[in-house]
Amino acid sequence: MRISCPCCGLRDRREFTYLGHETFLYRPAADAGPEAWDDYLHNRDNPAGETRDLWYHDPCGTWVLVTRDTVTHAVTASRAVAEGQRA
Amino acid sequence: MAESGTTNPADGLGLPLDHGACRLSALSCGPAWLVAPFPGQEGACGAALAPLGLDFPAPGQVLAEKGARIVWAGRAQALLFDADPPGALTRHAAVTDQADGWARLMLQGADAQTVLARLVPLDLHAGAFPPGRAARTLLGHHPLLLIRDTENAFEIMTYRSMAGSAVHELQEAMRSVAARAALS
Amino acid sequence: MTGGWRIPGRGAEIDRSRRRRFTFGGRVLEGFAGDTLASALMGAGVRVLGRSFKYHRPRGVMTAGSEEPNALVAVLEGTQRTPNVRATVQEVYKGLNAQPQNCWPGPHLDALAINDFLHPFLGAGFYYKTFMWPRRFWERVYEPVIRRAAGLGSLSGRADTGRYEKAYAFCDLLVIGAGPAGLMAALRAGRAGADVILAEEDRAVGGRLLADLPAIGGQDTHGWLAALLAELRALPNVRIMTRTTVTGAHDGGTYGAIERVGLHLADPGDLPRECFWRIVARRTILAAGALERPIAHPANDRPGVMLASAMPAYVNRWGVAPARRVVIFGNNDSALDTARGLTAAGIEVAAYVDPRDGISVTEEFPVYRAAQVVGTRGRLGLREVAVRHAGGISVVQADGLGLSGGWNPTLHLSCHMNGRPEWNETIAAFVPRPGMVPGLEAAGAAAGRFSTSDCLADGARAAAVALADLGIKVADIDLPLAEDRPYGIAPFWAVDAGGRAWLDFANDVTTKDVGQAAREGFASVEHMKRYTTQGMAPDQGKNSNVAALAVLADATGQGIAATGTTTFRPPYVPVSIAALGAGGQGAGFAPQRLTVSDATSRAMGAPMIEAGLWYRPSYFPRAEETTWRQACDREVTMVRGAVGVCDVSTLGKIDVQGPDAGQFLDLLYTNTMSSLKPGRVRYGLMLREDGHVMEDGTCARLDAARFLITTTTAAAAQVMRHMDFVQQAFCAQQRFRFASVTEHWAQFAIAGPRARDLLNGVLDEPVTGESLPFMGCQPVRVGAIAGRLFRISFSGEAGYEIAVPARHGAALFARLVRAAEALGGGAYGLEALNVLRIEKGFVTHAEIHGRVTAFDIGMQRMISPAKDCIGKAASQRPGLMEETREQLVGLRPVDPQDEIAAGAHLYAADAPASAAFGQGYVTSACYSPTLQGWLGLGFLTNGRARHGEVLRVHDGLRGRKVMARVCDPVFHDPEGRAMRG
Ligand SMILES: [Zn+2]
Repeated sequence: MRISCPCCGLRDRREFTYLGHETFLYRPAADAGPEAWDDYLHNRDNPAGETRDLWYHDPCGTWVLVTRDTVTHAVTASRAVAEGQRA
Repeated sequence: MAESGTTNPADGLGLPLDHGACRLSALSCGPAWLVAPFPGQEGACGAALAPLGLDFPAPGQVLAEKGARIVWAGRAQALLFDADPPGALTRHAAVTDQADGWARLMLQGADAQTVLARLVPLDLHAGAFPPGRAARTLLGHHPLLLIRDTENAFEIMTYRSMAGSAVHELQEAMRSVAARAALS
Repeated sequence: MTGGWRIPGRGAEIDRSRRRRFTFGGRVLEGFAGDTLASALMGAGVRVLGRSFKYHRPRGVMTAGSEEPNALVAVLEGTQRTPNVRATVQEVYKGLNAQPQNCWPGPHLDALAINDFLHPFLGAGFYYKTFMWPRRFWERVYEPVIRRAAGLGSLSGRADTGRYEKAYAFCDLLVIGAGPAGLMAALRAGRAGADVILAEEDRAVGGRLLADLPAIGGQDTHGWLAALLAELRALPNVRIMTRTTVTGAHDGGTYGAIERVGLHLADPGDLPRECFWRIVARRTILAAGALERPIAHPANDRPGVMLASAMPAYVNRWGVAPARRVVIFGNNDSALDTARGLTAAGIEVAAYVDPRDGISVTEEFPVYRAAQVVGTRGRLGLREVAVRHAGGISVVQADGLGLSGGWNPTLHLSCHMNGRPEWNETIAAFVPRPGMVPGLEAAGAAAGRFSTSDCLADGARAAAVALADLGIKVADIDLPLAEDRPYGIAPFWAVDAGGRAWLDFANDVTTKDVGQAAREGFASVEHMKRYTTQGMAPDQGKNSNVAALAVLADATGQGIAATGTTTFRPPYVPVSIAALGAGGQGAGFAPQRLTVSDATSRAMGAPMIEAGLWYRPSYFPRAEETTWRQACDREVTMVRGAVGVCDVSTLGKIDVQGPDAGQFLDLLYTNTMSSLKPGRVRYGLMLREDGHVMEDGTCARLDAARFLITTTTAAAAQVMRHMDFVQQAFCAQQRFRFASVTEHWAQFAIAGPRARDLLNGVLDEPVTGESLPFMGCQPVRVGAIAGRLFRISFSGEAGYEIAVPARHGAALFARLVRAAEALGGGAYGLEALNVLRIEKGFVTHAEIHGRVTAFDIGMQRMISPAKDCIGKAASQRPGLMEETREQLVGLRPVDPQDEIAAGAHLYAADAPASAAFGQGYVTSACYSPTLQGWLGLGFLTNGRARHGEVLRVHDGLRGRKVMARVCDPVFHDPEGRAMRG
């Protein structure tokens, strides 16, 4: 598997550390209540098809949001997590 | 050699090492400052670096002028070598002394690229990674900042504490490559 | 050919002037440079190479390639023993020492050949059915017996001392296979300037051309190949990798390949045995050719029975006759060509047998049409072949029988990403569909195009398509004239004539086994495979898959297309684990991180122990000390009574700068860091977002916009990754950045009542208790060196940590140790450091092991109510703060000399020691020379309310039971007078 790092270009999967679904980007407010936090921490879909998840490019320190297909393993898009924050 | 009372991370590792058409040697450790611009401040950092004849580098870029050099070293950060950071820089960036944090090695010779292909999961074709470029990647399991000086000369930077282990990996690869070369 | 098996004038690949002496099963034999072990043994007249897997039947060479199911041998080199080496792949070198497998005492007389007479009982599912009952027999009786009898080959039981290599390669176009299709593809792409890798499994390029020697472009094969190779070799953008088998097609255009580097040499020197390649290709052409398949007929497994196409390979490549009189049994036109070619080479073809009716009979050899081979004779080698035809049964004297049931395109790699091939009726074989592996296209015989002319054209076409995809211009290419005969075949899989007819030679699976599987309900191809073990041997069914599923399709009444194939998975050929793990042995296993004091510590005799990737001194033994405990106790006493020095450079150190740094640290830590005054240090706790403790450490404010935080040794990388996430996901617009300075600063702890005396002997300007109070920090100078001083303590004694740039570290450490010794102290190691912190009840990752909360370790008050932080919301969940949770406690044995062990479990004094009654566990334990007794830290249900209670500490692993009293986790100096003083 090869993933594109927005800084470094296409790299072998061995250079990346996996975190989980992009849900982790959408942190609820401190007082959002247990259900919102339960969803944030634990509840995930298990799609056969497109998913978006978070990978860390260890060599350069970029967190990357990767769009990929769980069936074909095709990686279709990636962008820097910090870029999304800028929008 | 290092100044008295000080050590180079490559001390005692038997460098330089020669195997076949390759030499691995230690580089001296002059000043090295990690420059990490605050969000959106790359331009301002570039302006602050202008008195040195440098700019803030884009990913993979190496800029050199009058002995000073700045090398892209990761997400929105660069290493400034052999110069002191201009004072204005600290307004726009975190500036951190890392001079002693790195082991700096040089691998050169006709088989240098072939040796690195044993350890580095990166396309090292001169077309993909030409002289004057830098990349953050891996040397086996070691973190690596790789700078290509010329077609056949690579600067290899890894953490200071890992110098011995990185030299071991490189030496094994050099031995195998030299044995292959002797075969043909 | 009289007397010997070598054929004069044939054998382009052997050098008859270079003899190669080798041994097989202890016999000294001779071959030539260029021989494979199979061709050399054939040349020496050796026909039985081993015994079959289940029935222990004598077996000979079946093929001339890596698909070989029978001729598996062990190769011995020194103490190294490599099992399951295919004799058809292993090249002969001077001194090669090979052993037959699966037979004892030898291939001609094998004790387990009794299995062959038991075969009516040993059919498919035998093991599943027989060894079920009685259940208790399984571990003691059945399994050891089966293990002894089963398995192919054996290992030496010694560590593999060979050199292995792994390597990465990148290219525009990977061409897999250097037969006519692959060569043309590489040539066309190479001429266009594309970066090409041409990978060929064989030691020579040419593929089937080398065996069949057709004329090409008006030249003989070798002349044409030589010219083409010369051109390819002159192209700097083409890399020809021989002895390299592409083993797997993976995501993103990544291919695995195994290269045999030094396995063919008597003295490889520094050459690796094998190299495992990871090749990243933008486009790939699969030109791996096709594999001939045998026909299942009764007793088709005798030595001398082989694939028809293997026979001309032995004749033309290695100049050796596989037999003196052969029968060819085939159902397709290539088999007939083989018979003609053998005749031309001077091998007597005693009969050509073909089940088809309408074939030519005007040949130079007897042709039996509408005929089948129905049996063979010859126990240790074929002697007779029985042929059934319209006129009855004829017995033909022959010592060789060539089988050709048609050809299977070598499409395995195209299936590695779960694609399914399609059934092609015309060639009666599966062919790849487009797009099964993104970026890969099959060409030539691998795509079901079998004539030489078609292969040449298809390779050239595929190259043009691939390069057009990449936007690389290709020029037209002249296709050389070559053989263009049509390929006719009538599907024919198995002869129905009673007796055992083998499908899978490697695993001894017959047509009866497949029929039985179908009758017993294992009718899906995947079930049949598992029930019969067809296709599960080292050859992975290369010879047998299609025929087996054809027999299955026949038994179930479904067609072959509906039956489908089993799944082909990587690797295409067996790959040694050593090659996959190349470089990972010994020092290559993981990076070794050494501190600046490493050489000094080792010179002082300190045994080093691993802490994460770091190596740290365990203790510093002195002359009179004979055990580690003596050294450790002395070092602890030394720190409590005088002064000790310890290298703590391995702690992670992260420099955080910028106007918003404090705000970021407030989000990261449970407590507030933004309120810290410059020159002050605060202990901090980080949580995971799920509310559990992730990490603890100190945070020093160096100046208004600069903090220095420390992490534990083992968690430094994880904390850095976490900080990067929090910053990039939640704070990307704030003005701060951070950088690791772990490696830049060497840092030493100086602890004990004489710590300040020691320090002031080193610093340019002395410090006092008031000038640098507890939890303060300041810049200092040590001669010309600018350093940092922190007044912090992990020992509970008056303590400092001094940091200097790493280049000065070795010298400063040596100086500090000398100074400490002069004050009655010295260096201390990790063992003493651990005892000191346990005495003080300081936690490490032994306690904050990922399943504990701030509440559990009594630090819930460190979660600031005034602000948010990572993990705060989740940490407030009721379940994470209940009194019934296991809480950190201290444990002291009722008899102080009773040993408490980490990992022991806690039970009420009178309760049984079983899981249902467990109340907690011990995380850390030590002997405390300060308190003259054993101490433990651990977690106990509602533990903070149970101080004073006596519990049973049960170490089930060592069978040790100790009574211990629960107490506060801070055993020594609970008021903290020493460290503040
Ligand atoms: Zn990157």
